[in-house]
Amino acid sequence: MAILVIAEHDNATLKGATLNVVTAASAIGGDVVVLVAGSNCGAAAEAAAKVAGVSKVLVADNAAYEYQLAENMGELVAELGKEYSHILAAATTTGKDFLPRAAALLDVNMLSEVTAVVDADTFSRPIYAGNAIATVKSSDSIKVMTVRGTAFDAAAAEGGSAAVEAVAAVKDAGLSAFVGEELAKSDRPELTGAKIVVSGGRGMQNGDNFEMLYKVADKIGAAVGASRAAVDAGFVPNDMQVGQTGKIVAPDLYIAVGISGAIQHLAGMKDSKVIVAINKDEEAPIFQVADYGLVADLFDAVPALENAL
Amino acid sequence: MKVLVAVKRVIDYNVKVRVKPDNSDVDLTNVKMAMNPFCEIAVEEAVRLKEKGVATEVVVVSIGPKVAQEQIRTALALGADRGILIETEEKLESLTVAKLLKAVVEKEQPQLVLLGKQTIDSDNNQTGQMLGALTNMAQGTFASEVVVDGDKVNVTREIDGGLRTVALKLPAIVTTDLRLNEPRYASLPNIMKAKRKPLDVTTPADLDVAMTSTLSLVKVTPPAERQAGIKVGSVEELVEKLKNEAKVL
Repeated sequence: MAILVIAEHDNATLKGATLNVVTAASAIGGDVVVLVAGSNCGAAAEAAAKVAGVSKVLVADNAAYEYQLAENMGELVAELGKEYSHILAAATTTGKDFLPRAAALLDVNMLSEVTAVVDADTFSRPIYAGNAIATVKSSDSIKVMTVRGTAFDAAAAEGGSAAVEAVAAVKDAGLSAFVGEELAKSDRPELTGAKIVVSGGRGMQNGDNFEMLYKVADKIGAAVGASRAAVDAGFVPNDMQVGQTGKIVAPDLYIAVGISGAIQHLAGMKDSKVIVAINKDEEAPIFQVADYGLVADLFDAVPALENAL
Repeated sequence: MKVLVAVKRVIDYNVKVRVKPDNSDVDLTNVKMAMNPFCEIAVEEAVRLKEKGVATEVVVVSIGPKVAQEQIRTALALGADRGILIETEEKLESLTVAKLLKAVVEKEQPQLVLLGKQTIDSDNNQTGQMLGALTNMAQGTFASEVVVDGDKVNVTREIDGGLRTVALKLPAIVTTDLRLNEPRYASLPNIMKAKRKPLDVTTPADLDVAMTSTLSLVKVTPPAERQAGIKVGSVEELVEKLKNEAKVL
């Protein structure tokens, strides 16, 4: 049995999410082969070869894969994936984009956001926004799935020495083209990988007040997130959204500031190890999941917190 | 151009889902049902394209039990022109849904297919992409902006680090994200008018699609409950607890 893991990368570096997927693959058992499909992606492939537990790295290096467009990736993964018992990718916006295409081309179903491996055919995944956990057994010849990174520890990035093999196949569907990208620039850690996350909600009142959270975050190396209410109100961009419709995070410490705790938001952060809630409404539902609750006006508490750290 | 919109009948998003005591599934007895919120955004986008003169006809398709006609009527009340129900009582997996939609695409030949990025019941986020693969169409998933430009469509997508724009050859598939638009409410006159709009009913057998299943539900369990912790009296106490008790700072 061999498992194909599709690497998440930006051609130059391997993204952390790949390490969690490798752990999920190891939990299924069998040889773990990582596919790095990109353009001038040699550095990412070398990084993948060093990941502990990886037995081989396949590199598909072609301009057709530079932006990992779903149409091209789907065809490539379907072609290479035929030889494997399982195909895994991270449940990121990239993995979610191309992997269902590959599954359909292979004429198999797919499991999204797998959070636990029961055995080689059986997996758990959240449904109904995490309000229920389904355990599903697949009879497909190839099991195709995206893996929720927060549910699996990261494999060690160093220690492996896998062979790197070039893939000849070039799949260019010619259906789509990259036009442009607007990526948020930040020196803070990525939300989904950060050890500490500080999030603001509607209680922040406006976007300028998020400055207070940035100051706290920078003192403790945290990422900054937001509730959907704060995003909908236009305080901050959508890529900061934590919740069912945004990012799923599970840091060691999650500090919710001025967030009431709608189910929608809890779905995105309730697996955090320690949750702190700062809210002036002591009835706010966020306190029902918080390990430490502070009933206070955030405009007093947040500057005080910054000073105390 | 013709726009096809797929919609699904799901549990109303305001309903708190409960797992059955025997862990066989979630309990949907007497639960309020509605159109999946992401599908509503897809309908709204199609109607706006028609209002802008880009779309000439908006066809809405749903797959499910007879009562799913309600959701098609809702879409018709929001401005879609006609509906198609593929009637089945069976539980549907994404691949089967994609195959059924492919059969409709072949018959209707739309230039654009709009779907929600995921449904709030199974949370799969697969059908649009699978339909794209089966029909060999380009896809723009998690769309926050859709601009039709001649023989292509530019789709701005919500990705993890921000936004990405791709140009897709038409015909193409677009799946909607939350910020694409804010769906309107249907007015009473439009609800009345929708009752007279055409709604065809067909079946998977008519479309020559086999209802296969490869996924079996072993069990459904509630998620681990979190216990409420303690209230602290001050920021100083909070920091002290985080450092010495929780050891996360």
